[in-house]
Amino acid sequence: MTDRAFEDISENRALYNSLIKKRISLISILFAGLVVLFLFNISIGSSSISIVQILRALFLNQGEGNNVMIVKDVRLPMALMAIAIGAALGIGGCEIQTILRNPIASPYTLGISSAASFGAAVGLILNNSILNLPEALAITGNAFFFTLVVSTAIYIFSLQRQIGKTAIILFGIALNFLFSSLTMILQYIADENQLQSLMFWNFGSLLKTTWTKFFIVFAVLFICMIILFKNAWKLTAMTLDDTKARSIGVDVSKVRRLVILITSLISAVAVSFVGTIGFVGLVAPHIARLTVGEDQRFFMPLSALLGGFILSLAFLLSKLIIPGVILPIGLVTSVIGIPFFMAIIFSKMRCM
Amino acid sequence: MLKVNNLKFSYGKDRACVFDNISIEFNKGFNVILGPNGAGKSTLVKAIFGLLNYRGTIYYNCKNVSEMKTCEKVELMSYLPQMDLDISSLTVLEMVLLGRLPELSRRVSDKDLNIVMDTLKDLNIHELSMKKFNELSGGQKKLVFIAQTLVRNPEIILLDEPTNSLDLQKQLELCQLLGKIIKVRNVDIIVVLHDINLAARHADHIVVITSQGDYYNSGAAKDVITEKMLRDVYGVIGSVNLDDENKPVISAKKSARDSCDT
Repeated sequence: MTDRAFEDISENRALYNSLIKKRISLISILFAGLVVLFLFNISIGSSSISIVQILRALFLNQGEGNNVMIVKDVRLPMALMAIAIGAALGIGGCEIQTILRNPIASPYTLGISSAASFGAAVGLILNNSILNLPEALAITGNAFFFTLVVSTAIYIFSLQRQIGKTAIILFGIALNFLFSSLTMILQYIADENQLQSLMFWNFGSLLKTTWTKFFIVFAVLFICMIILFKNAWKLTAMTLDDTKARSIGVDVSKVRRLVILITSLISAVAVSFVGTIGFVGLVAPHIARLTVGEDQRFFMPLSALLGGFILSLAFLLSKLIIPGVILPIGLVTSVIGIPFFMAIIFSKMRCM
Repeated sequence: MLKVNNLKFSYGKDRACVFDNISIEFNKGFNVILGPNGAGKSTLVKAIFGLLNYRGTIYYNCKNVSEMKTCEKVELMSYLPQMDLDISSLTVLEMVLLGRLPELSRRVSDKDLNIVMDTLKDLNIHELSMKKFNELSGGQKKLVFIAQTLVRNPEIILLDEPTNSLDLQKQLELCQLLGKIIKVRNVDIIVVLHDINLAARHADHIVVITSQGDYYNSGAAKDVITEKMLRDVYGVIGSVNLDDENKPVISAKKSARDSCDT
């Protein structure tokens, strides 16, 4: 009898482990890929630096000419920033899709990006720093301020009793239009130079990355990831119908509010530092869901990893497509992202 | 056992009351709620689980359920809502694991795994455990949700139309399993059913609600399921006979509305 019970137990465990192992190995492979991309991103630029030299510069502080400085102060923070921003956008998308139970939602659906653009426009066109920051951070500060305005608005809206997910999406879309229109008003009074700089800001770019900026993004990302990971099972339960989730003891409205707060913050930071980089927040969680499913213990980390992977790849391509020219990364993500995304959707439709 | 006192509820201030001072007493064991469409069977179960803001009180063995916190209610009761649409791409194993949410840690314990797999075996769907939920048929999804409701160890299990979209064999097996669970785990079960014959065969106690949301009658199957009840509550003319096990079996002949017209 006990033998039989013991056999059953190990059988169940083995079954479960087979499920988990597949996912962990997938995550490991992707992580390895990310490391490779990361090294390439440091290596490739206006001058190529070999991987050996990079490692020497990083760990031994040795190198020819300015290589140590280029590697440590220019390319390393940029390559890290690509990963951090990608991860932030991936997580933002993953969690917004989860709590709104809508696979086409992303933080941008809630108006985060258009609010950031508006903030940038206020800085670039009206030369106004709302938070009274020094010039180097004025644009970022403005963008962040307005993304916080939008996040707060959505948060307060979601505080109402029993507010549903459709209402939140509609509210976000309304905010999106509002801030786009406000930006257009500013564009109407702007001169050519201002319009051009706003356009470039909207393209998104990693080139202005500094260590300070990276550490701010990283700190926010890290804290948010820990909070989300602690709530992993509750978030997994959010994939169910509201009543169903409540029936297993999840306070749906509370989880939804927490996630809105976290994703807004995480995307606000990402967007204000590098501009609006589209599609990562939509594509990364989508691929993650197709490969590991919706168990948040894997879904969230994989969305982050994939986000970092996609953005690193886009960054690399932005330096390679036209030799000697670095294209805005936001353009590259959309241009390579869209066909790729369509391919996934079509192959999925065939399966269905 | 569970007692509902003077329950009053409506889905909005300007809308008609679903219940106006209804009082119901359930028994130990297998309880079934019967009533026509729109009588408020689902609403009653929702109210018991505490998903609605109602007036009145609900007691369970002298404990005031109405004043319990959500976490206490979740510990006391397990509830299967009536709904079929769900597109989650979780695997069946994970889906059922979620039923143990209050106790789940990040590393899934052997205990949790075993309870889940045993329940899946009880429902004869353990072979689906690695399948994605959104690839299952309607009846299989229903069974997965039932499993999710059963993996906890509550004192009361509330099931809202669990036999919907199940085939005849599964319906019977489910009712037998519920009977077994009542005995083994000493829980009380309240089930909303539409199939009067299924209710008559398995229920220990039947509660009938009318289409106006009023209490009609309650008791053992053969006392409650009568030709008069069919006519009063369902508006159906039919006969009720006792089978060889002394359980009532109905055979509905025609709608009472037809006979009025002719």
